[in-house]
Amino acid sequence: MYHYTDFDHAFLKERNAQFRAQVERRIDGSLTEDEFKPLRLMNGLYLQLHAYMLRVAIPYGTLNSAQMDKLAYIAERWDKGYGHFTTRQNIQYNWPELRDVPDMLDALAEVNLHAIQTSGNTIRNVTADHFAGAAADEVADPRPIAELIRQWSTDHPEFQFLPRKFKVAVTGAEADRAVIKAHDIGLQIVERDGTQGFKVIVGGGLGRTPMIGKVLYDFVTTEDLLPTLEAIVSVYNLLGRRDNKYKARIKITVHENGIEDIRARVDARYKLIRDQFTGIDQQMLARIEADFALPAFRQADTAPYTNAYTQDPVFRSWADTNLAAHRNPDYAIVSISLKAHGKTPGDATARQMRLMAQLAKRYGHDELRISHEQNVILPHVHKGDLPSVFYALKAEGLGTANIGLISDIIACPGMDYCALATARSIPIAQEIATRFDELKLEHDVGPLKIKISGCINACGHHHVGHIGILGLDRAGVENYQITLGGDGTEDATIGERAGPGFSADEIIPAVERLVMAYLDLRGDPAETFLQTYRRLGLAPFKAALYPEARAADAA
Amino acid sequence: MPKPFTPKVITANALLEGDVIYQTTDGWTRDLVQAEVLTDEADADLRLIEASAQTAHVVGVYLADVTVESGVPHPVHFREDFRATGPSNYAHGKQETAAPRT
Repeated sequence: MYHYTDFDHAFLKERNAQFRAQVERRIDGSLTEDEFKPLRLMNGLYLQLHAYMLRVAIPYGTLNSAQMDKLAYIAERWDKGYGHFTTRQNIQYNWPELRDVPDMLDALAEVNLHAIQTSGNTIRNVTADHFAGAAADEVADPRPIAELIRQWSTDHPEFQFLPRKFKVAVTGAEADRAVIKAHDIGLQIVERDGTQGFKVIVGGGLGRTPMIGKVLYDFVTTEDLLPTLEAIVSVYNLLGRRDNKYKARIKITVHENGIEDIRARVDARYKLIRDQFTGIDQQMLARIEADFALPAFRQADTAPYTNAYTQDPVFRSWADTNLAAHRNPDYAIVSISLKAHGKTPGDATARQMRLMAQLAKRYGHDELRISHEQNVILPHVHKGDLPSVFYALKAEGLGTANIGLISDIIACPGMDYCALATARSIPIAQEIATRFDELKLEHDVGPLKIKISGCINACGHHHVGHIGILGLDRAGVENYQITLGGDGTEDATIGERAGPGFSADEIIPAVERLVMAYLDLRGDPAETFLQTYRRLGLAPFKAALYPEARAADAA
Repeated sequence: MPKPFTPKVITANALLEGDVIYQTTDGWTRDLVQAEVLTDEADADLRLIEASAQTAHVVGVYLADVTVESGVPHPVHFREDFRATGPSNYAHGKQETAAPRT
């Protein structure tokens, strides 16, 4: 993992001291809310429905055990004993008091964490594949370049007041686990003639106007990456619309001007600024890459795994669902589900965070990851240790075997917390998970991604859910619209709207009808929901969703 | 005929805790039941201006519609209902101190 330097530490200390003084000036009345608001947002502090919310960045989703322990400490000391992990690899505290926030930031800085640029029209937390550095299928670990981008973008003097927020995601594998095509810039490490470089995708995004990103360059060398990013963001900074908030994201800039026009402008800008990049960034990258060297993998017997797998069906179910292939055949990647049936997706208690930190330290080479799907990953666990890890997790309510299944739901905080929301998301997720747990169907249903957003801004990624649910306010009542066939992977697709929305009472039975229809329609049990949808299209699913319309047609 | 004026309360968030608050005749309360119900438009506008001036204590002041039953204000919109109650996934916020609303 990246070793933070004295420079990083001094920078955080100075920023935190500045913010402490700003908070004091707000409380003593020297600053009005209009003056204070941009300052608090720069430091990740929002005012939500019931309280303040502090959004802390987890750069490219990577944490060590000391950092996870500190997140637990903060949850207990200044919040209500839990934290909420988000789709952008951040953690949100829902109940801080204004006076305590400077202390929380100082505590975070002790482990080099911060909330800088987790809000505002800046380059936000750079996200990455949560299996980075461990996945069997990756070309290279995307985190060194993500760290370089973090350093380049943090406090970048030219990019603090962009037309709108700007999100970058990086993957090192063809299988896209970082939703790169739904980001302002998506980067994929690729190889050409034995040399590593980057495919650069721009203009993706969800929200009000969902767009799949377009390829700006098929291959950019590592040396040219930062100058290319700088050129893209500067072109956007000038060209992006500032007259209309809803047309300000780069996806609209790309859509309105066309990818060829954007490419010509970026090429021109690149020529102008290329010489400013003298190679220091490459020296820094080399140092960062050394920090991300592989851990010293253990040589040990994998028999405890095989024994538990054959003897304990509960362990076997978890292993079949929650483990992914590691680059080292004696190791596995463990996904810890934060989606226990009926609980709030993405929430972990301080106690659970501490346990995950302990397990990472003891069995996981001191590494943890946060996934955009709101789960926690132990990326490097020796197979022989898997039974110990599983039984410890299970004892703290973290042993749910549902990764990638119907109850592994992404849900934004919705109107239970968020000031922007138009409806609640969390109770819908809780009820769907509880219902399918009662039906004991989810393993039979197989891979199925439900994603729920409580407003059109789509933090819950509903557009790329196999089943997407969007909560709206229809004439003063919560109403839920269904989209189908979305996909957030390398085959990224925006889901199609199925038809009129459902009330909060109707939405769970509607989802159940959809899933039952899929079970009837699938060619064989190996055909997933998404494959069936792609084969048959919307019509048979629509018929299942709206049986009364079918009855009316027949009449 | 002018449109009849929907009764309103003045609401905001407390600066220090962020908690939802309502204006009373002589200050602020965290409990909607104790809020001052404004039934006259001109009076509501004036009270809003006065409340908005208290920037050292409150943030984001606005008027919210209520219905009044037996002299007690109830939220009209579900968003105001959640603000008055707290989140639905945990008994946090106002639910920690108050008895659950029925």
